[in-house]
Amino acid sequence: MNAPNLDELIPRILAADKAGVALALNLVEDQRPALRASIDDLLQRLEKAPRRAHVVGMTGPPGVGKSTLTGALIQELRQRGRSVGIVAVDPTSKRTGGALLGDRARIRYDSADTGIFVRSMASGDQLGGLARATQAAVEVMQAAYDVVVVETVGIGQSETDIEDIADTVVFVVQPGSGDTLQFMKSGIMEIPDLLVINKADQEKLARRAMLDLKGTLTYREAAPGGWVPEALRTSAVSGLGLPEFVEAVDRHAAWLRETGLEARRREKGARWALTTFTRLAGELAVERLGGKEALAVRLRGSRGETPREFLRQLLDLLQA
Amino acid sequence: MAVEREKPWVMRTYSGHSSALKSNELYRTNLAKGQTGLSVAFDLPTQTGYDADDPRSQGEVGKVGVPISHLEDMSILFDQIPIEQMNTSMTINATAAWLLSMYVALAEQRGVDPKVLQGTTQNDIIKEYLSRGTYVFPPEPSIRLITDMITYTVDNIPKWNPTNICSYHLQEAGATPVQELAYALCNAIAILDAVKATGKVSEAEMGKVVGRISFFVNAGIRFIEEMSKMRAFTQMWDKLTLERYGVKDEKYRRFRYGVQVNSLGLTESQPENNVPRIILEMLAVVLSKDARARAVQLPAWNEALGLPRPWDQQWSLRIQQIIAYETDLLEYGDIFNGSPVIQQKVDDLIGGAQEEINKVLEMGVLDAVESGYIKERLVDSNHRRLQRIESGEQIVVGMNKYRESEPSPLLQGQDSGIMKVDPEAEREQIERLRAFRAKRNGGAVEDALRNLKDAAKNGQNIMPVSIAAAHAGVTTGEWAHALREVFGEYRAPTGVARQALHPAETDAAKKVQKEVEEVSQKLGRRLKILVGKPGLDGHSNGAEQIAVKARDVGMEVVYEGIRLTPDQIVTAAQEEGVHVIGLSILSGSHETLVPQVLARMKEQGMNVPVVVGGIIPPEDEKALKEAGVSRVYTPKDFELNGIMADIVDVVRTAHGIAA
Repeated sequence: MNAPNLDELIPRILAADKAGVALALNLVEDQRPALRASIDDLLQRLEKAPRRAHVVGMTGPPGVGKSTLTGALIQELRQRGRSVGIVAVDPTSKRTGGALLGDRARIRYDSADTGIFVRSMASGDQLGGLARATQAAVEVMQAAYDVVVVETVGIGQSETDIEDIADTVVFVVQPGSGDTLQFMKSGIMEIPDLLVINKADQEKLARRAMLDLKGTLTYREAAPGGWVPEALRTSAVSGLGLPEFVEAVDRHAAWLRETGLEARRREKGARWALTTFTRLAGELAVERLGGKEALAVRLRGSRGETPREFLRQLLDLLQA
Repeated sequence: MAVEREKPWVMRTYSGHSSALKSNELYRTNLAKGQTGLSVAFDLPTQTGYDADDPRSQGEVGKVGVPISHLEDMSILFDQIPIEQMNTSMTINATAAWLLSMYVALAEQRGVDPKVLQGTTQNDIIKEYLSRGTYVFPPEPSIRLITDMITYTVDNIPKWNPTNICSYHLQEAGATPVQELAYALCNAIAILDAVKATGKVSEAEMGKVVGRISFFVNAGIRFIEEMSKMRAFTQMWDKLTLERYGVKDEKYRRFRYGVQVNSLGLTESQPENNVPRIILEMLAVVLSKDARARAVQLPAWNEALGLPRPWDQQWSLRIQQIIAYETDLLEYGDIFNGSPVIQQKVDDLIGGAQEEINKVLEMGVLDAVESGYIKERLVDSNHRRLQRIESGEQIVVGMNKYRESEPSPLLQGQDSGIMKVDPEAEREQIERLRAFRAKRNGGAVEDALRNLKDAAKNGQNIMPVSIAAAHAGVTTGEWAHALREVFGEYRAPTGVARQALHPAETDAAKKVQKEVEEVSQKLGRRLKILVGKPGLDGHSNGAEQIAVKARDVGMEVVYEGIRLTPDQIVTAAQEEGVHVIGLSILSGSHETLVPQVLARMKEQGMNVPVVVGGIIPPEDEKALKEAGVSRVYTPKDFELNGIMADIVDVVRTAHGIAA
């Protein structure tokens, strides 16, 4: 694509014109160096947009019904007259670079409804720099919709990334998934802002999981004036707990506003920039040394060296 | 003295098209030619519970079967056919209770006691989730509709087979013989366990219920293995019903099954070769007396090309008659008993199937369906089957080997060797439907629908209220809509996993991967494709394989499953910013749906290339391309790597990228 005329594009984004938002998303995903200036310009101008939507991050292990719950949450938000942008992230195959983006299937909506926009993205890519694209996509949507929901892959790196992107982090679990609770208790996982036990129509298990969670939450003493994480029960299928879910998100948003949303966003933004820089710098270094494939060939050729020695060599090369 | 011969199986042809009137004519001609039973094919709106004038029915009315919207249609369909003597099989699932109710109401209208009715409603929802795609409601209420029919028919229509557990579609979706055995039997277990759990059937009556469960099976070209599979089914069913359900009477434990001989293996190229294929596949299910089919339907030689004509169906019926009446097949007892080779094969199949059954039962059958476990296994098996054909490891004569051919005289006629559904059929059906609605008693209809919803809510058997609704003049769309309100709608897992279980590492695949990589660099972001299935057609095997393949050559694939409207597809393509749209349509409704997609794109100012796959005759292909479609793929395009390379090319051209 060629660099679009931003004076024309930006009003379309602000008006949540679908074709305009789509065009902007195509632009910010574009990796060609020639477009970088245009992307930066767009995002800087959008920062001054009248609307900077609240960003909800949905995370949790695979199979707990995140997509279905996201779909139900969106319907609840639409019923309250709020427009919603969704970024759904699916994993990329390391081997082929391909990805199956299937989350849309669980988000049902009227295709004539201009108040919803769903964009699927793949988590990682040999072209590099996806973290930048996800963040940028969220920023575009923030200017167009009342609420932006980001749904993560549910495994690995993205769990920590989401903390830097979302204002409210929601961790979704299902009844009987004791492992997650163990992780939380042991402190491996950070405590999110909201904990949701989905599939709560499995009555007994859900109650038990709820007790477990409440037990876990009491381990942590909230700082004075700090946010006390809430635990909720939902069922995306029966609609149980959805209004309460939205209300809890609103409570957290209100608390953020009272206690300095902007400062927090700046802090998160800085963290995000640092993380992204670290990753990009790594990729850049590999590129400088001849690319991943050439390095792999070299590794195979350097018989007799231990992996540690090989690592040493690479670092030396980089510093040379 | 004449030798004593076994009575032959029931001979049927799966048929129905355009309208009740036209289908009735076809049925009567077929019966006159010696067909001994009827097999009704319904159109997709009837199968998925929409009236002909519903926007979702557009382009689908009368296409893959007959539209039956109300009791009057049912009455015309069986005009001059004595239903009290007929053995009628109905391929109907989500709306099975409704179609059976109309059949019963028709009997009552004619003064026929429903107790004498004979036949089968397919009524197998689990395989709809796994393969065929005409489900409507979520699993729990769907299973409840099935158990309602079972408990109702066992007393009120005792000769009816209320459900036909299908392994047919599992094979079509890619199942190996072991998977076919395992998943079909798991399916039967889920149903029978659910019947038991209703508490409405006494232990003594359970035998009768088990005795009415029949199966619907596929017969493929590896006919020794297929025959062994049928013997394995018979043995496993006998054991299962004795041990799990305590059925003492041996006659109730018999594995009763009907067959539709495989359509999947029929080829578009050199289609005359399909005739020997059909004959060999039929042998698999009639040769072995101990595991012989009760009813047989043969496909027509030209099914990969389009809809068969009456003459094509006649040819298939004659094949059955020659085997049954000319050969000496029916003069002997079982000719395989005592064969160690066959017994070994049967034992191997049983061993493999039992292992998989245990695995699924541990998960719970419905959980294995809802989590996508079974579906992913099927998509994977199908993927491997197509890989074997593409690599030439599995030979398909005339398609991936021995491809040189003289022009076929069978395709030379004015109709190019297939039938065209009357394009006026949809309009006429809508007119008849509206005329019918205008003359009925509105109050009676409202009452009937209220009773239906009440029964659905409070757990009362759905059959009596549905039969009353049929008499009151309720339509198919109204019946299904009422239940949608109570039960909700469902979307089944697509089975297209995020990661390949058995990825192809062939050179051809790697070459396409490299091309995708190069084009993606030039595009600035990874090549993104939307695979869409517009319309009511639920045969998603083709779309799934394209989605899997596109993912494996490195594309980003948006796939949302079946039954999308053109608007939904265009909206998704726009929001996702895809570089190309692939549409898959097998129901013959491409003439309506593809132009709708194109028009909607134009409205939105979208300029994305569209490719289409399906059973599309050459003249339709031409029309689609003139309308703006970039490429059309049909069953003869079996090389998926070739299709992928071609799609990359389409994207290149659209973006002015040099190869």
